[in-house]
Amino acid sequence: MIRSQILRFTTAGSVDDGKSTLIGRLLFDSKAIFEDQLEAVKQSSMRKGFDYVDLSLLTDGLKSEREQGITIDVAYRYFSTPKRKFIIADTPGHIQYTRNMVTGASTANLALILIDARKGLVEQTFRHSFIASLLKIPHIIVCINKMDLVDYSREVFEKIVDDYKAFSSKLEVSDIQFVPISALHGDNVVNRSDKMPWYQGATLMHMLETVHIESDYNHIDGRFPVQYVIRPHTKEHGDFRGYAGRVAGGIFREGDEVMVMPSGFITRIKSIHLGEKLISEAFAPMSVVITLTDDIDVCRGDMLCKPNNQPGTSQDIDLMLCWMNPRPVSLQSKFIIRHTTKEVRGILKEIQYRLDINTLQRIEGVEQLRMNDLARVKIRTSQPLLFDSYRKNRITGSMILIDESTNETVAGGMII
Amino acid sequence: MSAYYLSHLDELESEAIFVIREVVAQFERPALLFSGGKDSIALAYLSRKAFYPARIPFPLVHIDTGHNFPETIAYRDWLVAELGVKLIVGSVQESIDKGRVKEETGFYASRNALQTVTLLDTIGQYKFDAAMGGARRDEEKARAKERFFSHRDEFGQWDPKNQRPELWNIFNGRKNPGEHFRVFPISNWTELDVWQYLQRENIPLPKLYFAHEREVIERDGVLLSTSPWLKLKPEEKPVVKRVRFRTCGDMPITGAVESDADTIEKIIQEIATSRRTERGTRADDRRSETSMEDRKRNGYF
Repeated sequence: MIRSQILRFTTAGSVDDGKSTLIGRLLFDSKAIFEDQLEAVKQSSMRKGFDYVDLSLLTDGLKSEREQGITIDVAYRYFSTPKRKFIIADTPGHIQYTRNMVTGASTANLALILIDARKGLVEQTFRHSFIASLLKIPHIIVCINKMDLVDYSREVFEKIVDDYKAFSSKLEVSDIQFVPISALHGDNVVNRSDKMPWYQGATLMHMLETVHIESDYNHIDGRFPVQYVIRPHTKEHGDFRGYAGRVAGGIFREGDEVMVMPSGFITRIKSIHLGEKLISEAFAPMSVVITLTDDIDVCRGDMLCKPNNQPGTSQDIDLMLCWMNPRPVSLQSKFIIRHTTKEVRGILKEIQYRLDINTLQRIEGVEQLRMNDLARVKIRTSQPLLFDSYRKNRITGSMILIDESTNETVAGGMII
Repeated sequence: MSAYYLSHLDELESEAIFVIREVVAQFERPALLFSGGKDSIALAYLSRKAFYPARIPFPLVHIDTGHNFPETIAYRDWLVAELGVKLIVGSVQESIDKGRVKEETGFYASRNALQTVTLLDTIGQYKFDAAMGGARRDEEKARAKERFFSHRDEFGQWDPKNQRPELWNIFNGRKNPGEHFRVFPISNWTELDVWQYLQRENIPLPKLYFAHEREVIERDGVLLSTSPWLKLKPEEKPVVKRVRFRTCGDMPITGAVESDADTIEKIIQEIATSRRTERGTRADDRRSETSMEDRKRNGYF
């Protein structure tokens, strides 16, 4: 059977930076666009009076988006090569859609950042790069696009690379690659360009197929949030009591000593099940069922970990918060908090500063957060959370805030 | 396992199982919407894996238009017995008889749109608060913006411009009484992923998916099976062809493709080289550019 992996990446950008053309090119060159889809897009382009096929119509799904010619919401696209399956979270780049960029970035292994070779670094480049860094996307590929419009100039490319490196030294991303492309003509996208012999690096597709993502999940700190308790109540499996969940970190093996949090009870793993199969070990992001040698009370929201490596536990949590609701929020507001499989209540205790996403300046003395604001805050929860810093583990370090009256998801938080 | 990473099928399976378990943990009365198609079949088998050795803790709900392929009904009844799961049938014919909906007439008559009323009535009757479906984001452009957990108001409507943000894998299933959720555990799967998974897991399928001889007519470039519900135009003459179906909808609207693929291996081969989408054979999607978005807003699957 094929052992190809999934790479999830995010793109952000506006209509004119060539993002849609690039996505169209990746989908088209990897044969993920079908004849009937292309036919539909051709017909729409003609109806709108365009004399070219507008590939952005492939990605703009909703009526209002097509009417306005902009991407509003995150759209997911799929294509695959023999080496990998790719999931693109295509997000709008405009500042008023920061929340959608954050949403798209939350599940991505890699961010694709497009720079127009004629314009160099612009406000949107900083914003998108910063969000990638904030959401701890492990890999960035910077595509310097429209090289055809600068005569495939090596100097232009190198100047932009230098500028980007100078700026990105302030970010927390270790793996950044650069590639000069023309999405329109396909240079260095899937096929190597003969117009830029000075460029010795890989094509964009080669980078996407080979970037090392095996270490993107935490395989060191054992974390198993219990999602659901399985008790069959049948004659055959009368005594069976299994803990279903998705491994959030580390490696769990049959026979391992584990600690149940928050009770602190220490026991051993009796067996690990994947459907009808018994398996010897489980790691992130596997969904399994674990049975324990001792008959103890464990429920949803509890966590299995290793006795010598426990998560943090506290009711006072420091967060980077992205506020996502049109209604602003003030100090002392209360929420429902969802963190791993646990639900608690929380209260906004302190806004330390708001971050200007374009200049990275910290603005202090803020009393209110508005939609698309990013801020460093303190919250207090009704029960202790079992957590890690987001830097260490994106699963046990993330949470969402829910409005108690409207049930809307109003914010995403990353634990510091 | 030597290296600590998952193949794409294992990762998709793990994600779907996580979502299915989350539904059972967060909702009181979940259900699985079963169409008889391969996507909902995959979903039923994923549900079995999610709760094994316990039984699937929710019923299968089938909205029966009365225009189904007989093979679909036979398979449904076999599967329900195989999985030991409860079946609930919502009947479009009953909705028509009760005067809840009015049957379309003419050559393009279809019960596809009528299903929405029966579906919402069934959800209301059994007070389901979460209805899982096998829809995938790669199927259609309105579906590409759909969440895993998709909120529906008390009228069963979807508001695409006002969807809840969905971050990481943290799902918010909170709602007011009378509202419900549609949940799509295989959102991130493609048609090919589903086929590869069905093959890997050795999951039996309805015979319709495999090449067979069938009496068909060609209408607007689509091959339609003859049936008591398909009104023929005078110039339409049925012919017997070797065909198979890429989706399993209602008989009068589901197009067949000419094919010799009579095994799952051959089907995968055929899809991998196909240049047309599976929904391209569906007359219900060809009504207008936004027909899926319009139907979804009103509460369709």
